[in-house]
Order: sequence, then C-alpha cells, then structure tokens
Amino acid sequence: MTHISATVDGVHRQGDVEPRTLLVHWLRESLGQVGTTVGCDTSNCGACTVLVEGRSVKSCSVLAVQIDGKSVTTIQGLAEGEEWHPVQKAFKECHGLQCGYCTPGMVMASVDLLNENPNPTEAEIREGLEGNLCRCTGYHNIVKAVAMAAAEMGASK
Amino acid sequence: MTATAETTDTTKAIGRPIRRKEDERLLHGRTNWTDNIQLPGTIHMATLRSPMAHAKITNIDISAAVASEGVLHVYIGADFPDLPGTTCVWPVTDDIVMSHMPAICTDEVRYVGDVVAIVLATDQNLAVDALQLIDIDYEPLGAVVDMEEALKPGSPLVHESAGTNLCYTAKMPCGDYEAAKAKADVVVSRRFINQRLIPNTMEPRSVVAAPMGMSDEITIWTSTQIPHVLRVLLALLTGIPENHIRVVAPDVGGGFGAKLQINREEVLALVLAKKLGRPIKWTEARSEHFVSTHHGRDQIQDIEIAATKDGTVLGMKVDLLADMGAYLQIITPGTPLLGMFMYSGIYKMEALDFTCTGVYTTKTPTDAYRGAGRPESTYAIERIMDELAAELGMEPMELRKKNWIKHDEFPYTQIAGLTYDTGNYEAATERAMEMFGYEALRVEQEARRAAGDPVQLGIGISTFTEMCGLAPSRTLGALKYVAGGWEHCTVRALPTGKIELITGTSPHGQGHETAWSQIASDIIGVPVEDIEVVHGDTGRSPYGMDTYGSRSLAVGGQAIKLAGERLVEKARIIAAHQLEVSPDDVEFSAGTYSVKGDPEKSTTIQAVAFEAFTAHNLPDGVEPTLSGEATVDPLDFSYPHGTHLAAMEVDTETGKVTLRKYVCVDDCGVQINPMIVEGQVHGGVAQGIAQAMYEGAVYDAEGNLLTASLAEYLLPSAADLPSFDTDRTVTPSTTHPLGTKGIGEAGAIASTPAIINGVIDAIRHLGVNNIDMPASPMTVWRAIQAAKSGGN
Ligand code: FES
Ligand code: FES
Repeated sequence: MTHISATVDGVHRQGDVEPRTLLVHWLRESLGQVGTTVGCDTSNCGACTVLVEGRSVKSCSVLAVQIDGKSVTTIQGLAEGEEWHPVQKAFKECHGLQCGYCTPGMVMASVDLLNENPNPTEAEIREGLEGNLCRCTGYHNIVKAVAMAAAEMGASK
Repeated sequence: MTATAETTDTTKAIGRPIRRKEDERLLHGRTNWTDNIQLPGTIHMATLRSPMAHAKITNIDISAAVASEGVLHVYIGADFPDLPGTTCVWPVTDDIVMSHMPAICTDEVRYVGDVVAIVLATDQNLAVDALQLIDIDYEPLGAVVDMEEALKPGSPLVHESAGTNLCYTAKMPCGDYEAAKAKADVVVSRRFINQRLIPNTMEPRSVVAAPMGMSDEITIWTSTQIPHVLRVLLALLTGIPENHIRVVAPDVGGGFGAKLQINREEVLALVLAKKLGRPIKWTEARSEHFVSTHHGRDQIQDIEIAATKDGTVLGMKVDLLADMGAYLQIITPGTPLLGMFMYSGIYKMEALDFTCTGVYTTKTPTDAYRGAGRPESTYAIERIMDELAAELGMEPMELRKKNWIKHDEFPYTQIAGLTYDTGNYEAATERAMEMFGYEALRVEQEARRAAGDPVQLGIGISTFTEMCGLAPSRTLGALKYVAGGWEHCTVRALPTGKIELITGTSPHGQGHETAWSQIASDIIGVPVEDIEVVHGDTGRSPYGMDTYGSRSLAVGGQAIKLAGERLVEKARIIAAHQLEVSPDDVEFSAGTYSVKGDPEKSTTIQAVAFEAFTAHNLPDGVEPTLSGEATVDPLDFSYPHGTHLAAMEVDTETGKVTLRKYVCVDDCGVQINPMIVEGQVHGGVAQGIAQAMYEGAVYDAEGNLLTASLAEYLLPSAADLPSFDTDRTVTPSTTHPLGTKGIGEAGAIASTPAIINGVIDAIRHLGVNNIDMPASPMTVWRAIQAAKSGGN
C-alpha cells in the first residue's frame, strides 16, 4: 500500500492504495466519485477521461499513485457551483448526449480540446475526440456542441 | 396529409424541441449506473469463461481458488445442476429444436465465453485474481462455425441430443412466386451476407442483487431494457415468487437490443443473494462483453427478384440462413422473423416466398440488435432493387418510383398481409433528392466516369419502411410469442399539484422523461417541469412491457394519452361539484376547468388535486385521490418510412471508401420532440453506417472470436463519420391516437443499403455487382480486382 494525496474536484483527498490501483478505481471505489464511468479494459473508449493538472487523461490508463500531489478534475467538479461549464451547457443545448454513459469522458475531452484549440474546425473536433467512443449520438450533435461551446467561450474572453 | 413544418404553436408542448430533463444529472456525473451501487457487505462475483468453442469438461479443480485471498465461494455447474441461465420466449415453430443454457455449464461448453465457474470474493480484483487459479480440463468436440457446414451430415453437433444443428425452418409463402416468376422477363438473384455484429453499449452490463431485509423482497438492479419482463422470467426460472422480486433498471447506458435479454449473471446474482443473504455484484468487463453479451444479425440471404422488362416487380423469393449461435436466448429464433413481413419493403408485388432456416453454431448466441430482422430485410430488398435496376438498365430511383405504393393508395395491404396505414414515399423522396442535390451528383458521377477519375462517385439509395411498435397482443400470440404487446401508464396528481407519470416503458437514452412530460403536459394542462416521469422500477411502476422495437412512444404514448384523459375526466366531476354546475357545463383547457359561458367561474387541476386529497367536499360516489390509469393494446404495428441517400467515393486504386454526404428524410408521423427524433435518427444512421463500413465479428475455424476487443472491432469514432443532413416529412399515423410512429431503429434499418448501393454504384461500371459488409478497403479492392479478372 502506498499513501497518496491529491486534490480531487477541489477537495483534498488522501488514502492508501495498492500499487496496481488505477486512478479510475480510486475515484470510483475509494472516493465514491462515481460520476466518471468505465467503458472498457483496453484504454479505447475514453469514457473515463478526467483532467489531471488541467490536461485530459484516460483515468483507466494511469495508476492512482501517479497522481500523488496533483490535482484531478472530473465531470463532478467541472461546474463552478451553480454555473455550468460552457461545454456542459452546449451539450444540453445541442442534445449532445442520449444515454449519457460516454458523456463524462466526452465532456472532459472536449474541455481539453478547446483549451488546446479554442477555435477548432469540424474536422479538428472530430479528430480531437477520436479517443472517445459514443454509441448513441452518431457524434453529430457532440460535434455541434463543441463548436457551440467554442463560440461561447471565445465570446466570453 | 403530409406536412414538412414543425409546430409553431407555442402553447403546446408536443412538437417542440424542448431540452431534456435527463441532461442535468448526466452532465454532472450525478447518475445512478448499476455499477455505482455500493451496498454494505457486497460480495463481488467474477465469471470464468470457456476458452474453447466446443468441448467436454473432463475435470475441474477449484481448490487453489477456494484458498485464495478474499474468496468466499467458488461455484461450478454441479452446484446448480438444474438452474437455467436464460430462457427463450419465442419458440417460432411447432417443431423447433429448443436448447438449454445452464447458468453454469456442467459437462460441456458450446462457445467461447460460456460460463464454467464463478468466484465470489470480498473484492472485485480478488475475485478476478482467483479465476486464474481454477484448473479445468477440456476435451475438444469440434467447433461449428459456418452455417452451411453445420447443416451437412457429419458436422459436429452443438446439441448432441438434438441429432441436428437445424434449429427450425419457418416458411411464409405469400402469393404464387413460381407463377410470378414464369411471367417475368428478368430474374435477378444475389447472395447477401448480413454479418454478425457486437452491440457494444458503452455501459457494460452490470447487476446488483440484494435482500432488502424489511420483507422477503430481493431487489435486483440491472442494466436492462426490460425490468418488467425480466421480473416475470426470473421468477419462472428461479422459482423465487414473483412478488418477492423487485427489478430496478437505474440509469442505463445504452441498450440497442443488447439489454433486451435475461442473462445468466442476473439469474446467478439473484439466486446467490437469496442463498447467502448478502448483496451480490457483477459488472461485465468490455472484453467479456464481446463474447458474453448476445450478438446481432448474422444471416446469409439468398434473394431472387422477378420483374417484367418495363420494370414492374412481380415477386421475390427469400431464403435465409440465420445463425442462432450456441443457445436460444430470449427471442433468438424470432429475431430474423421480425423481418419476415418486410421483404417487399415499400413495393407492390404479387408474390413473396419466404423461408428462414435457423442454425445452431458454437458461437455467442444472437438476438435482437437495433432493428432486429428489419435491417436485414431492408438491406435485402433495397440491394436487390438496385441490382434489378442495373439488369434492366433503369435509373434505380425510377425503378423504385414505378413500384412503390403511391400516397393515395393508403391504407395498403401489402403482399405479406400487413396493412400500412399511411405513408408518402413521394414526398420524403422529393425532399431528400432536393437536399442531396441528386441530379447534380449524377452529372458529376458521369463526368468522373468519363474522365476515368481514380476516385469514382456513387449514389446509394434506400427508400424504406419498417414495422415497429410491438404490437397487438393477439398478433404476437398468433406468432407464438409468449408475451403481449400492451403498455401501461398511471398519471397521478399529488396533493401539491405536482404530477407523477408512471410508465411501463424503460428508457436507456431515448429521453422518455422529457417526451412523456410533453405529452402529459398537453393533455392535463400542467407545465412540463411539474411532471415527474417514473420508470424502470417494478416496485414503483408495477405494469409494463418495457422498451424495444421502437415501441415506447408508439405504444406507451397511447397509454399516457388515455391515462391523462381519464385523470382529466375524474377531475372534471370534482371541479363541477366545486363550481356547483353539472360536469357537462364545465370546459377544460390548459389545466383550468371553467363554467361554459361564465369563464370567470373556474378552478385549476391543481386545486382539484388538493380537494381530492382532503376529500372534505367531494361529490357523492366519487373516491378520494386523483389519478388516471390505462393499459393500451395497440391496434396495429407502426410503419415509419423514409428516403436515405448516400454519396460514396471509392478510390478504385486502393479500395478506400469515403462517405461524402448523407441525407435522410424520415417520416415518423407526429413528432413529440423533434430534437429527440433527430438524435435517434443520427444514432441509428451511425450504427447502420458502422455495419456497412466498419464493423463485423470475425471467428476463426476453431470458433475463437478474433475481433474480441475495441482494438480489433472497429466501432466508429467521430473521425470516422460525417455530419448528417436530416429532415422529416409528417404523415400522421391513423392507427395511433397521437399520430406517432416509431423512430428508434429507423436509421439503423435504412442506412446499410444506402451505403453499399452507393459503393457499388461507384464501381459498377468496372463489373462489380456485390460487396459484402463491411466495405473495408480490402473487400472493395478485392471486388474490383475480381471483376477485372472476369469473375465477381
Ligand atoms: S475506460 Fe475505456 S478508455 Fe478508460
Ligand atoms: S450518449 Fe450513450 S454512449 Fe454516448
């Protein structure tokens, strides 16, 4: 067991983890942060995407011990209190989710994409989200939502 | 009457693209997926699966696993010798060969993924660790992978005692095909392969079963589409009384038919929770999903069409081989037959000769997957229409126009006996062709062909209809399906004026909470926000037939309407009493009851709800409380239709296929929420395109699944798909009181032939007249090479 501490969604959390514990399992099983979902066991689906130090990471492909001392933002910590993140608003406005299972990862990957490229083309959005699979929406409205969020975030700068 | 406009009446909720109520919790990670449930004292279950497609189990040694850290129990088949793992509710013929899938295999395994042992441990990882310590000896019995081989004498038998791998033969001769063929100038036949697909809901299956302590009840949370049906089946299979079982489908992360099932993990979790008195939890790993959740499609279709030389279709012959896999699950044998009535599509013909042969193989069982039977039939008819057009030298859309049912011919009883209530194929097609720029693309196609461009352009057409909204119970009974097709709703006005709408449908992404609120809002006149939709819990919604086959709105919507109307009528009697007039003198509009001719004298439905609660001043003979309840059996199926067009580019040098443009105009009648409708179309179209271009389960000769992870099985990402141009025409259904038709599966049903027809249209001049799905670069390149060298 290794002792780790990290800031998760703005709250200081700590605990003992086994060396093999994946970040996503630490979040879900130990911290009860079950908003982040697991869709595969081969790091292909992106459902588990969170931000570590502001950059998107598939939380099933990093170990909990690797985030010792770092800050993690999940879908549960994205909104600022009552104020939704523009990506969250745009996903609702554009109907960018159906069952919502891919959504935690899709939203976090979109946030990262827009941080990197505030004004992406449709092709750049599609390529940027390549690592996140959705079975419900056909991606059409997800792409629309990211474009809308980009416009919104650009306008508010 | 067909319209293209969306509603502009802002006083109505129906017809408006209201943003979804579901989204707030889903967008903030405040959901309740089954795997999120952590109960004190939970025991984790892990399943050991057969690595062999077909073998005898000669020895099992569990001693090391039993002694392993955290392990509480290890069970093998001998521990539950009589417990079935699933059941089939649709024995389609009198002489069908049924199968028995044990909860845990006892002496024989029949597909890679069959369950041979389970471990119960205090922790999920420890349970999985212990699986590796179980030692099993197998004696191979011979895999049965290919359907045609399976039917040959001497093939290994999937079920030895049956003496055959033939599961059933179903025939439906309509009209006299041979007579029609005798009159024909042209007969075209093709063999189409509708390949095996792996559903891949993004949420893996998951189940938690727990005795709740305050009664004999065991609650089972499970990622299912069918909580109500499952409750009945679990009771029948386990012998646990139905009234001791509560099934809850919490937030469910996609279904597509894959969660229309009763699975051995659910049976085992329930039985073990009862036996051990502790919560049992199991969640499928994605790698398990690939082999253990049922697969879809998997048909070989021999299709023949007969026509006169002016292009009048006379008849069609359909001969299917349908792969059942190793066992029959809930509707395995019925799934191909859901398409049986639809092989004539939207066309008039005098004969349809249908035969389907179900075959056992040593592969994962097949069952419903988005569209279930109708994508296969639509693919067959829309593909063969293109081949017939080519044979006749006709423009494929012209051939369709010549043969389809005209808008003024509805209601139309087609060759298989279904009566299509309404439709307007002309309107949907005209709109689609206009959006597509059909004529301009034909001109471009000609120019590229003339120039010998290495990248050729093709236009793919699919003008389809489907039958959905399962269904009149009597019809289902006549088809030997053992359940009904009704749906239930209770609308309950609470004392504070808030509304609870309790539905028997069970959503997993379709937005029922929003759309059902819209329907009820218009009927009972309360705001959408004041209506809470309760679903997916047999403890709170006792009656239901659940969600599959695009039935939720088509059938469940009718129950909402009737239940709401009943509530309004009861409230009218109370309102009249309060207003001191006769009920006949009370008008109801937008939630307000007023006296005819004296609108100042009025009361609201919320006020009536409170009166019904206090019951201080109710008219004689009127019971306290205010609710309306309805169980509706539909009059008929629902027949949405549409025209889908795909512009496909094919690189003739590499075989690479690019989908340049996809246009679809669907007609699902009245739309409750056009935004949700459009989302359903997008998702369905994407799944159909995925079948046509990317996905396919591949087995080797030993019965090993080679495409057993997301790394090998190509689920398209955003980068693999374009945006879609969609629109709708509105031809209201006349058999459904809201005028609605189903839409959940339409996109998946329509899109595969549009894509493949487009690919072939691009390279037909090279001599290609068939491409099997998925149209990968390799497949297309090989087809071009084969055509060049004279064969195809
Ligand atoms: S769970 Fe699929 S990539 Fe992490
Ligand atoms: S919304 Fe269901 S998987 Fe994306």
